[in-house]
Amino acid sequence: MKLRKYILPLAIGAMTATVALAADTPPPSPLEKVISDAATLRVGLDTVWVLLAGALVFFMNLGFGLVEAGLQRAKNCVNILSKNFVVFAFSAIAFYVIGFGFMFGDGTGWIGLKGLFGATGPDNSPAMGDAYKGVYSALNWTGVPLWAKFFFQLAFAGTAATIVSGAVGERIKFHSFLVFTLILVGIFYPITGHWIWGGGWLAKLGFYDFAGSTAVHSVGGWAALAGAIALGPRLGKYTKDGKINPIPGHSMPLVFTGLFVLWFGWFGFNPGSTMSVGDGAAIAHIFNTTNLAACAGAVTSLATAWLLLGKPDFSMIVNGCLAGLVAITAPCAFVTVPSALLIGAIGGVLVVFAVLFFDKIHVDDPVGACAVHLCNGVFGTIAVGLFATDSVPGSTLKGLFTGGGFALLKAQLIGVAAVGAFTFIGTFVVWIILKKTLGIRVSAEEETEGLDLGEHGQEAYPDFLTRAPGSRHS
Amino acid sequence: MKKIEAIIKPFKLDEVKEALSEIGIQGLTVSEVKGFGRQKGHTEIYRGSEYTVDFLPKIKLELVVTDGRADEAVKAIVRAAQTGRIGDGKLFVLPVEKAIRIRTGEEGDSAV
Repeated sequence: MKLRKYILPLAIGAMTATVALAADTPPPSPLEKVISDAATLRVGLDTVWVLLAGALVFFMNLGFGLVEAGLQRAKNCVNILSKNFVVFAFSAIAFYVIGFGFMFGDGTGWIGLKGLFGATGPDNSPAMGDAYKGVYSALNWTGVPLWAKFFFQLAFAGTAATIVSGAVGERIKFHSFLVFTLILVGIFYPITGHWIWGGGWLAKLGFYDFAGSTAVHSVGGWAALAGAIALGPRLGKYTKDGKINPIPGHSMPLVFTGLFVLWFGWFGFNPGSTMSVGDGAAIAHIFNTTNLAACAGAVTSLATAWLLLGKPDFSMIVNGCLAGLVAITAPCAFVTVPSALLIGAIGGVLVVFAVLFFDKIHVDDPVGACAVHLCNGVFGTIAVGLFATDSVPGSTLKGLFTGGGFALLKAQLIGVAAVGAFTFIGTFVVWIILKKTLGIRVSAEEETEGLDLGEHGQEAYPDFLTRAPGSRHS
Repeated sequence: MKKIEAIIKPFKLDEVKEALSEIGIQGLTVSEVKGFGRQKGHTEIYRGSEYTVDFLPKIKLELVVTDGRADEAVKAIVRAAQTGRIGDGKLFVLPVEKAIRIRTGEEGDSAV
C-alpha cells in the first residue's frame, strides 16, 4: 500500500515525459507500441528472474554457514559463522571493485582489461548480440540491465569464497582468511572465470560449464584443498601412527537445515544461469535435472555409506546430496533428466570415497568441501563431455555417449586441468606467502580453547554446557 | 540420617522418582553425569572412522533420608532402576553428620 504513494507521481512524471517527446516525433503506430511494450516486458521478466535467482544464490550463504557450523565443534561455532557471514561482504566488495572487470571486461583470452573498476565501463544493456555496444560483451547474450548481470555474478563469486571457509575451519586465523578471500575473489576467481564465462581462451576452445561446476565449485575446492594442506590437520585428528580420530560436528540439525537451504538456493544457481526466462522450457528442464541429481546423490551416498561403512552416516548423505548438486551444475542445461539422475548418482558414490581418501592422505577437511566441491566439480565438468545432448531445450552440444565423439570431452578435460593447475598452484603460493607473513594458523592453546574465545572473545552457546566431560567435542 | 547416591540409566529416572514418591520420599537431587564401569564405553562411527565413547551418560541422584527409611528407599531405587542388563549403575549409602533446612534453620531428622 505504501508503494502506491510513490508509484502515482512516478507514473504522472513518465506520462508527462512521453507527451513532451510526442510533440517532436510522430506517434508510434499501435503495432509498434505493442512490439515495444512486449520487448520491455521481456526485459522486465528476465530481470526479475535473474535478480530472484541471484537472491536465491545469495541465500546459499546461510546454507553454507549452517552446514559448516554443524559439522564443526561448538567451541568454533561463532568463528565459522563469522567467516561465512563476513566472507560474503568482503567478496562482494572485491568483486565490485575489480573482480567483475577482470572476469567480464573485454580483454585478452586470459583476463578482462576494459571497464575494470566498479562495473563502470561503457554499456548499453539490455541490448543484446550485435546491438550491444559496451565493454562487457561476454555477457551480451542476456537481455537484462548490467546491474542485474552484475548482482547475479556477484552472488556466484561469493559462493566460491565460502567453499574455502569450511575446509580450513577450526584452525585458521580469522584475519588471514579474510585477506585470502579478497585475493581469491578479486584475482583468482575472475581470471579463470574470464577463461570460461568472460569470452576467454577456454570459451573459444569449446569448453562448457553451464552454471559453474568448474568456474565456481572446483575453483573454491582447489583453493580449499591448498588451504587445508598449507594449514595442516586439526590437533588430534591424526595420531602419530596414522590412525584417524574423528572429530564429530556439534549439531546435525544445523547441518540438516543448511542442506535444505543450499538445495533451495541451487534452484537459483542452476536455472538462473539461463539469465533469461525465454519460453520457460529451459528453466523448467534445469529445475528437474538439478533436483533429481540431488536426490540421486542422496540415495547413492546413503547406499555407499551403508554398504561400505556399516551405517548410513548422516553427514555423508548430506555430502552426497550436495555432491549431486555440484556435479549437475555444469551439465544441468545440456543433459536429459535420466542423464542427470545418473550424474547425481555417480556424484553420490564419488563423494563418500573422496571423503575417505582425503582422510587417508591426512588432508583434514572438517566439512568435506574438497570431496563435494572439488571432486564433483571436476566430475560434473567432465560429465558434460560425456552426456551432453542437443535433444534438450537450448542445448546444441553432443558428448561422447550421444554421438559427439571426443571433441567436447577433450575441451572439458583441458579446462579442468588448466583451471585446476592455475588455481591450486596459485592459491597454494598465496597461502604460503600468508603463512610466512601474517601467519595462517592459530596457536595450539587457542585451538584447544576454541577459536570462538581466541578470535572473537565470545561463545556460541554461553548458557549451555558445551563441553561435556569426556566428550570428543571439547 | 543416611545419604543415598545412586547412578542409574537416564531413562530410568522417572520410574525411580515414582517409586520414591510412592513410599513418601519428599525430595531428591539429580545431575547429568558421565562415567563408565564394567559396561565400558561404546563404539561410534563418524564419516567412516570408528571411535570409542568411554564415558556414557548417566543420571546421579542424591537424597538424604532418616535412618529408619534408608533400607526402604534403597529397595525402591534398586527395584525401579533395574533392567538386568549391564550398565544399570550403582548405589551407595553414606552416613550424614548434619542436615539443616535453610529456610527455617531446623536441624536433624525434621530437616530431611
